[in-house]
Amino acid sequence: MIEQIFFIIFAALAIISALGVISLRNPVHAALSLIVCFFQIACLFVLLRSPFLAVVQVFIYVGAVMVLFLFVVMILDIKKVSLGVLVTRRSKYIYFFLVGLAIELIVVLTGGFQKLILDTPGEEVKIEVIGRVLFTEFLFPFELVSILLLVAMVGAIIMIKDAEKEGAK
Amino acid sequence: MIPVTWFIVLSVVLFMIGVAGVLLRRNLIIMLMSVELMLNAVNINFAAFAYYLQDLRGQVFVVFTITLAAAEVAVALGILIALVKNRSVTNADELDSLKG
Repeated sequence: MIEQIFFIIFAALAIISALGVISLRNPVHAALSLIVCFFQIACLFVLLRSPFLAVVQVFIYVGAVMVLFLFVVMILDIKKVSLGVLVTRRSKYIYFFLVGLAIELIVVLTGGFQKLILDTPGEEVKIEVIGRVLFTEFLFPFELVSILLLVAMVGAIIMIKDAEKEGAK
Repeated sequence: MIPVTWFIVLSVVLFMIGVAGVLLRRNLIIMLMSVELMLNAVNINFAAFAYYLQDLRGQVFVVFTITLAAAEVAVALGILIALVKNRSVTNADELDSLKG
């Protein structure tokens, strides 16, 4: 019962802040709103008995990704950045599409898993177990992802360097 | 005990908000944030099913998704900075140099 109350609180805050992300004009306000949303999602991970994911969410998303976003917004001189207006030309079709997709997803996903309510609450997953699975069963994807991170890092650096060189010319 | 459908509905709503952000806003930074929102909605689903099915693989997948999101943001923001430096464009509709 108390879990459900907390779920409703976190979910409502997450949805409100997510709406803020797409409706606020100023990119800095949108980024701060997204940070609030990520914190709520971390709380939901705690409700799902996965504290490791909650910690990773806060560290990587809030600590790295959103700081990167704010940094870029700061670099890009916000006054020049067009404070994007909502598209009005096709928005009727867009809303139609969104409502249709939402109904379809909810019907399909909830229809299939209606009976999936376990009586016994799941156990909290220990970090050691995750580490063991990550380094045995998922070793190859793990290595692939590390190579991908390296490639992304090199690519980002090279792109910024080229931009600086052409800007100097 | 929270029913699993609650988590599914929440993630669908968050995903829809993300899609709406990508489709309705034209500011490139906001569009990138909306993509992050969609990835997080998927993460909630993964974690919820990992919990309700007692399967660890869902959580491992979330770790991979977060890593991919970090790499994606690094590259995308690099492209964004290059775009703004070279052509001072932040509106997605102005980027039409590949149009035939």
